[in-house]
Amino acid sequence: MSHASNDIVLALVIIAGLSFDFTNGFHDTANAMATSIATRALSPRIAVVLSAALNLVGAFLSLSVAATIASGLVETGLVTLTVVFAGLAGAIVWNLLTWLFGIPSSSSHALIGGVIGSMLAAAGSHAVKWQGLVSKVIIPAALSPFVAALVATVGTVLVYRIASSMREAGRSHGFRIGQVGSASLVSLAHGSNDAQKTMGIITLALIANGTLGAGATTPIWVIVICALTIAAGTYAGGWRVIRTLGKGLVEIEPPQGLAAESSSAAVILVSTHFGYSLSTTQVATGSILGCGLGKKGADVRWNVAGRMATAWLTTLPAAGAMGAISYFIANGIGGTGGIIVDLIILIAFSSGIYWRSRASTVNARNVNSEWRGTVAPPRRAEVEA
Amino acid sequence: MNDWINFTAVWQIVVVGLLAGAGLPAIFAIGIRALGTPGKGHVTAAEDELVGGSPAGIALAVACFAIVGAAIGYGIYIVVASGHK
Repeated sequence: MSHASNDIVLALVIIAGLSFDFTNGFHDTANAMATSIATRALSPRIAVVLSAALNLVGAFLSLSVAATIASGLVETGLVTLTVVFAGLAGAIVWNLLTWLFGIPSSSSHALIGGVIGSMLAAAGSHAVKWQGLVSKVIIPAALSPFVAALVATVGTVLVYRIASSMREAGRSHGFRIGQVGSASLVSLAHGSNDAQKTMGIITLALIANGTLGAGATTPIWVIVICALTIAAGTYAGGWRVIRTLGKGLVEIEPPQGLAAESSSAAVILVSTHFGYSLSTTQVATGSILGCGLGKKGADVRWNVAGRMATAWLTTLPAAGAMGAISYFIANGIGGTGGIIVDLIILIAFSSGIYWRSRASTVNARNVNSEWRGTVAPPRRAEVEA
Repeated sequence: MNDWINFTAVWQIVVVGLLAGAGLPAIFAIGIRALGTPGKGHVTAAEDELVGGSPAGIALAVACFAIVGAAIGYGIYIVVASGHK
């Protein structure tokens, strides 16, 4: 490829990276804010504004070498711009599909799956560091929801035991205030973890293109645009996912919300401290499940939990398959044209998903409507009936 | 330590996670309950009133909230510090 066409490809990769970052933001608003919205500790609008602001701050707080995702999981020497683009396309497709169904699946897994899928398609199995994949991604993913659920269950039991003698109205008021703090902490941790993943991918693309030398650190303009994009995505609010996490899994009272959010914040921060980058989504879901288990009479909807677990198991391979397909399309056509065809398919697909979502819009007004088995909120006539 | 799974880290994450993730909400709950303890001559006011008026209760509540606040400050410090390795 000529130098000029390479620059066009690089620009397309950066656009795809930022698109993924945006989906990452709105897919994950729920992790921090679903419980606060469900218990009305925060109004839906205020919640997304607060979460967006803290994601922005969080993205600037953490400036470590952002290429860890890539360097620990694939042979970076074999990465090309086409591989990165196809991987991002696969991740975006999976994030949008799961959002449509309101399933809180992991954005990090979608990204990792997409990049590994396109890498496998491009260079074969030796290009993937399988041990890194198992020890850094799969085992933490398998354990973290259980740890989070355990912590949240214990927290919920303790909190209800301590506060059982209080009048319910006063108790709810107090715990709602506490929830604002704990939800803020989860948002901050999310910004510092997840914005960094896109920064890493864009840095990797810049290195693959020769714009940056190998081992270069993330340039400041990449940090700024990634931080702004994830904040914008968070503000857009993935209401469908918020609804499933806040209303679908278990009915949540303020003390449970505080316990769930505290568990999420603690597990994410402690793991970060030990060098594990967990899926915020899986931790948050585990915590919400735990706060249902810890309260007597709270009724956990296991069919919703089962659907989520299925989505978690399929995220890596499904995003991988989509990354591989994108790579085959782009590479089959070849050159800049191949990537542009990929991009057109991606845009058409995203528009289709958006159009499908209009059939059952979930937004700030109906996010807390009664749960009737699906993410689609009951229509007004059904509510009155 | 194993190449595939680091049991020491998992064990530590569980213990510290429990102390912070379950312990702090419990301390917060003690604070909320202490704050609501009715004081002498207290007239029952609004249903969702937070402050009961007992001086000892308020003092205990302040202590609890201070512990929780300090722990959150430390949590933010971990985010910042781990980002600048």
